[in-house]
Amino acid sequence: MTGKHKSVAYYPGCALEGTGHAYNRSTKAVGKALDLELTELKNWNCCGAMEVKNVDPKLQTYLSARNLQIASDMGFKTVMAPCNGCYHNLKKAEYDLAADPASREVNERLSSKAGHGAYSPGEVETIHALDWIKDSIGEDGLRERVRNSLKGLKVACYYGCMYTRPRHIFPEKDKGPGSESTYKPHFMDDLLQAAGAEIVEYPLKTACCGGAHTLSDSDTSTKLVLNLLTTAEACGAEVIATECPTCHTGLEMHQVRAEKVLGAKTTVRILYFTQLLGLALGLSPRKVGIQENMSPSRAFLAEKGIP
Amino acid sequence: MIAEDATTHSGETEALLDRLDAIAGSIAAQAAADRERCADELVAVGERVLETWLDAKGLVPTDGRVEGFRLLALHRQGAKGDPSFNACRESCRELIYQANCARAAGTGEDATRHLRLASMVARHIVLFISGKLVEAGLGDFCCSSRTLRLSGAEAAAGERPE
Repeated sequence: MTGKHKSVAYYPGCALEGTGHAYNRSTKAVGKALDLELTELKNWNCCGAMEVKNVDPKLQTYLSARNLQIASDMGFKTVMAPCNGCYHNLKKAEYDLAADPASREVNERLSSKAGHGAYSPGEVETIHALDWIKDSIGEDGLRERVRNSLKGLKVACYYGCMYTRPRHIFPEKDKGPGSESTYKPHFMDDLLQAAGAEIVEYPLKTACCGGAHTLSDSDTSTKLVLNLLTTAEACGAEVIATECPTCHTGLEMHQVRAEKVLGAKTTVRILYFTQLLGLALGLSPRKVGIQENMSPSRAFLAEKGIP
Repeated sequence: MIAEDATTHSGETEALLDRLDAIAGSIAAQAAADRERCADELVAVGERVLETWLDAKGLVPTDGRVEGFRLLALHRQGAKGDPSFNACRESCRELIYQANCARAAGTGEDATRHLRLASMVARHIVLFISGKLVEAGLGDFCCSSRTLRLSGAEAAAGERPE
């Protein structure tokens, strides 16, 4: 255990208050079980997600920068964002403000208008929930704390395409042993393996799930998700572990839709990696929000001896 | 423009999906000697769908190589000015990787496994690109950096008053 991120600011983002509520619940529960302190940002706002950039990308930068400034004002050097979209946008804001004088100028102007300090790049480090657990507890620390091993559970780790893209906003990745890879990410694999799970080779771990067009072009999203699901099953996976609320919801919804519209039934379960870690740490299914998932897994987990 | 041309190209991508079904169905029964040809064919499917994407954009597909592979050169060409296209970058690399593993595995069961994985990755690339031919913005949510990659004059931000 390095203790590197023992106490961090927590930015749940909008999705974790809605469809990704189980991710919020399980992230907090895992943090508590691991004695990691999460302090939610006060009065946080939307990161800009997908809509605001279409209005004005610099406004999106400002919105994310405001959250970073709140973390700084609260005295934190690190903010943890479990959602891939939020994580991506905070990292992008950091990059924008460091590399683009026009973005800095807009951020300063809007911050002044809003009556708060303007965020300066370099003040706060943004990390993902995977970095948080990997850097503060690590595989060995996790192994020591496992009470209900995930032994016998075959898991495909799905990261989605935003966790590593574009590479230039993630300067800490691809730094050799110990760092995350943008080509073949492995932090989730490492953590779940330490919790006892059997990780299967999954060649689509960073492939697109069609999340952006889940409403405007549902058939495309359904076909993409169906291929993710059938590939996971062909790889021997019983569970797909996720780390992004958009991907997770997309996989769950389109699993149902694929059966209804395309007649293609798949049985692979979809769970947040934090839910799996929580169960391994001895937390109850309710505590990690299994009942909130659309993908039914409670009976299956019980069959596997995971209470 | 790409969306209007979607019908023109959808027949081609459907044919590629049919071809992948046929390849996937024959992998287990293939003689060892055919496995290398099968790996080549799966990569060729990937190249063909990337050519379709480039055709739709009015570009001449490159014959160049990136890291020794035309597939990766075609992907790079397709992603130029359209960073959301990078949502299939790692899938292209994975297709090359699985095809290489299948070739290296020779005649063992591993070769069959890698070919099966390669066919699934190729399918994802075809599905993603056929989706983008309908919805050019597919993958865009996943790439908020779009404006960073474009020149200042072209960037949407630069065209809008602040």
